Amino acid sequence: MKKKVLTVDDSRTIRNMLLVTLNNAGFETIQAEDGVEGLEVLEEANPDVIVTDINMPRLDGFGFIEGVRRNEKYRAIPILVLTTESDAEKKNRARQAGATGWIVKPFDPTKLIDAIERVTA
Amino acid sequence: MDMNEIKEIFFQECEEQLAELESGLLKLNDGDRDPETVNAVFRAVHSIKGGAGAFGLDDLVAFAHVFETTLDCVRSNKLEPTPDVLKVMLKSADVLADLTNAARDGGSVDESRSRALVKELEALANGQPLSQAAAAPEAPAAPAPAPVAAAAPAPTDSSGFQPIPFSFDDFPAVEEEAKDLPAYEVLFKPRSDLYAKGNDAALLLRDLSRVGEMTIFCNMDSLPTLDKLDPEAAYFHWVISIATDKGEDAIRTVFEFAEWDCDLQVKPIAEAIVSEDQPMVPVPFDLSILDEEPAPAEVKAEAPAPSPAAETVAAAETATAVMNAVNNAVAAKAEKKEAPAASAAAANAAAAAAANNAAGMAQTIRVDRLINLVGELVINQAMLSQSVIENDNNGASSINMGLEELQQLTREIQDSVMAIRAQPVKPVFQRMSRIVREIADMTGKSIRLITEGENTEVDKTVIDKLAEPLTHMIRNAVDHGVETPEKRIALGKNPEGTVRLTAKHRSGRILIELADDGAGINRERVRQKAIDKDLINPDANLSDEEIDNLIFLPGFSTAEKLSDISGRGVGMDVVKRSIQALGGRINISSKPGHGSVFTMSLPLTLAVLDGMVVTVAGQTLVVPLTAIVETLQPEPAAIHSFGANQRLISIRNSFCPLVDVGRILNFRSTQANPVDGVALLVESEGGGQRALMVDAIQGQRQVVIKSLEANYTHVPGIAAATILGDGRVALILDVDAVVAASRGQSLKPEMAYASAG
Repeated sequence: MKKKVLTVDDSRTIRNMLLVTLNNAGFETIQAEDGVEGLEVLEEANPDVIVTDINMPRLDGFGFIEGVRRNEKYRAIPILVLTTESDAEKKNRARQAGATGWIVKPFDPTKLIDAIERVTA
Repeated sequence: MDMNEIKEIFFQECEEQLAELESGLLKLNDGDRDPETVNAVFRAVHSIKGGAGAFGLDDLVAFAHVFETTLDCVRSNKLEPTPDVLKVMLKSADVLADLTNAARDGGSVDESRSRALVKELEALANGQPLSQAAAAPEAPAAPAPAPVAAAAPAPTDSSGFQPIPFSFDDFPAVEEEAKDLPAYEVLFKPRSDLYAKGNDAALLLRDLSRVGEMTIFCNMDSLPTLDKLDPEAAYFHWVISIATDKGEDAIRTVFEFAEWDCDLQVKPIAEAIVSEDQPMVPVPFDLSILDEEPAPAEVKAEAPAPSPAAETVAAAETATAVMNAVNNAVAAKAEKKEAPAASAAAANAAAAAAANNAAGMAQTIRVDRLINLVGELVINQAMLSQSVIENDNNGASSINMGLEELQQLTREIQDSVMAIRAQPVKPVFQRMSRIVREIADMTGKSIRLITEGENTEVDKTVIDKLAEPLTHMIRNAVDHGVETPEKRIALGKNPEGTVRLTAKHRSGRILIELADDGAGINRERVRQKAIDKDLINPDANLSDEEIDNLIFLPGFSTAEKLSDISGRGVGMDVVKRSIQALGGRINISSKPGHGSVFTMSLPLTLAVLDGMVVTVAGQTLVVPLTAIVETLQPEPAAIHSFGANQRLISIRNSFCPLVDVGRILNFRSTQANPVDGVALLVESEGGGQRALMVDAIQGQRQVVIKSLEANYTHVPGIAAATILGDGRVALILDVDAVVAASRGQSLKPEMAYASAG
């Protein structure tokens, strides 16, 4: 069965790149544009892994991760943070919010898929 | 979708983000301190950087990164967004836009400018003690984006994975690899948090197995009895011996995501300890790449040290068995994964998302096509109506009623379709603010641009063609209109000049006004110039309005010397011509000492036009309704001869020149008798009314504009063509050109030929 990835990113460019990369790698991809939408579609999307941006309008990545972790069903789902913020402070905040790991943009497709496979069985 | 399409999307998005960036910065400049404004500005640059990185646009990434760093200082209140700071930021936004354009269209940017700005931005970021660290990674001159990219944590080695063998026996795992690879001992003790954050010890160990050959020992000492077991707690820890030439860092990288939530010790083992009395042969594993969910039979295990390849199958089976056991054990962290049921809805959502993106690409083309089709529909409907009316004199009222409804529907469809392509003028207006900034900088003037009605919508085709004339006018206003601060102070004016750009809808057209509070038109000089350039007769008696409008004459330029900015020999006549080409009019009114106002009136769309269908010398013409003030039947007493062959018509105590359209267009060689025709009172730009004489009025209808330029060639006096209900082609009159021709500048001779054709 195809693994399902929920991506949350406000940039149309990045959404498209994720879509292409993930689809090519044989994942099923569901996309949301910000944290609020991400939480809204979570149940229906029922993903195996989540890839999220940090800087987003309405609800940022930190808030989104916290929201997912509060959801009984998804509190242990792997969440990868996809962001250009590479400094330790941001990573730390993402971790505290409950992120599983991170991918630093610009991601290359191999790195992305690799990171996803790293956190999914 | 391929990368090129995504790149196209990226540049589209850049444009949006740049607009967002600029408007946000301008808001900050106006004293807006809403954190969301700063966030939006930051996000805009951040998004551009993110996308640019993905496409390897290094210059863009490098600049965006420095910019972002400085913005981050503002965002975290380490840097106060003073007007000086914002000035640098606005310039940076401009450079960012340049870099984006250069990345898209090729070409280069002013490197010294961007380098200077990078320095300024860094200085701003460094100016505050707290922000030093943030700016530190930047090399001073040309900061490479590489440091950011290089921080990527994800391993880049093979993507396959392996079942990880564990030994559950209470014996130390032993590295038996005889190769000369350095060996390490890894102690890995997860805390419950590790599982809570979605990490998985089994997966980490699997990754570790890719680093080198290893043996694993699992310590289950702390596993409580079942009744005391917390299914989500972490009870196991692992001791791993691994031989790798990739170094300690590679091992640590595996635990990168997890290191905060586990105890991790990595220490080199001086030399491989060879233990002969293992009670259990360490389970071998294979580093070769396998697909996910490896089939056990395919596992080609490389037996460690003494055991030859003969044991492989058995070993592989053991590996699988052990892996299953481990899976069960690690499943202690409970319901990590629900059995994923393929939700049809989610699949649909994904498909819709993909479709949406593709649609975005093709949308413009489709809408254009749709508009064309609706245009044809309108024509077709008109033709149908006409033929029904012609063939049906006994009034089958149901058909007529149906046709009327059809007409109404067609019209509504047309309006709605046009609305799809309508866009706010905002992007064009935003571009103007940059132009004002740059020219103000170059001329040492201080100017504030105020825009109003940015959300006024107009057809995209109009917007696209609006930017150029508007840019030119803005340049003129800043360069020639507004005075230098010193001069303004001397005049008792605010040293900061104001340029106001307004858009609004008025009676089916869009009205764009550009007002400055500068010196206004120097009529004496304009007049003198016009005389010097032989544009007017020295003894011509001109009204103020007429003098002001002289600046629109071809070859006119008021600047004493051509400046870099609005010079280049392009004058207001070019502006006027481009506005006219859009079916628009432009007007100037000026008050010496108080500034000038340029008013442009443009159609909302270039696709349809409300017109009056008239007959002139047997030809059917369409006169744009927007140009017509009123129509009247001339009385013989109202017609007055004037000069050799000029005639005036008196309308309510004022005289208005009569223009015989048939004569101007060379449809006939002699003037028609005005009393036999109808006069259309039109207002032309440049002020003044004219009475256009036509033979008869057929009616009023909406016509679909078909470009003559695109299908034939430009014909003076004719704006475009259309197809009428009866299928005939009718020409749409260019009122301004006809009026201009009536002033003595006759239309070019090819006109005769147009009338023939």
